Amino acid sequence: MENIFTTQLDKLISWGQRNSLWPLPFGTACCAIEFMSFVSSHYDVARFGAEVVRFSPRQSDLMIVAGTITDKLAPALKKIYDQMCEPKWVISMGACASSGGFYRAYHVMQGIDEIIPVDVYVPGCPPAPESLFDALLKLQEMIKKGGREKVLRG
Amino acid sequence: MTSNVEQKVIVKKLKSMFPESILEVTDFRGDLQILVDREKILEICRYLKTDKELNFNMLLDVCGVDYLQMNSQARFAVVYHMYSLNKKHRVRLKAFLNDDTPVVESVCSIWKSANWFEREAYDLFGIQFKNHPNLKRILTHPNFHGHPLRKDYDSTKRHPQVERRK
Repeated sequence: MENIFTTQLDKLISWGQRNSLWPLPFGTACCAIEFMSFVSSHYDVARFGAEVVRFSPRQSDLMIVAGTITDKLAPALKKIYDQMCEPKWVISMGACASSGGFYRAYHVMQGIDEIIPVDVYVPGCPPAPESLFDALLKLQEMIKKGGREKVLRG
Repeated sequence: MTSNVEQKVIVKKLKSMFPESILEVTDFRGDLQILVDREKILEICRYLKTDKELNFNMLLDVCGVDYLQMNSQARFAVVYHMYSLNKKHRVRLKAFLNDDTPVVESVCSIWKSANWFEREAYDLFGIQFKNHPNLKRILTHPNFHGHPLRKDYDSTKRHPQVERRK
């Protein structure tokens, strides 16, 4: 009886988490401009329950890294990620955040997964808001299935 | 664009003041470029700013150049772009730096805007500016080694500050 109750509770919590993601925009470049469309009325992320954008890591559970991350900025990114409370998720938005993009160079991190774990990568330079919605829906699907670890383990 | 008449005045005044130090005068599509002796850079700049007729009161940019493998007379050069807000004319000064550790006098005492420009040239090319008030790296982070815009710098060599995730 107890087990049934816990599984049902997990489902309820997961339902709440995936439908009320609070994004923290870590915007450093043009991807952040696309992110603004993603949030604003024309595309309207409120339709998926993730409209409460917070600029404090302590109040958000979804970090959207939108833009180039240089080695100089990396300590700040890591610190802000560490300040976020569990459970937390990361979307790597655009070519630069995912792989360094066209900055195959001395000053840019070749993908933020060098220092923080990423749940969903969004290709594009910059990705259109639709791509970011796709990523959000994929992330919601992942949370439903029990998070990144469970999805990767299959 | 600086007119021909103005260009001639600038060159004539400089040549009469510094006959030994003006090495070459070129005009590229109306932009005057003057190659000067690097030992005299400070005096020439001070003259360009203080002379009433020339009055170059604005330093637009200071750049470094690495001519490695380019069959140039020296490996490094510094390039200064000046503009006169009153006279509306401009000039470009260029000086070759011969040493392995290129050194040139700082012009911060003449134009304050030189401060960050020179720090940038120092950071990316390793050009030393003598008597600069604060010659520290400006673009790369403090744990960076080397000068990344030098042509012999491996362009993919990085200096990560955060430990890689396992």
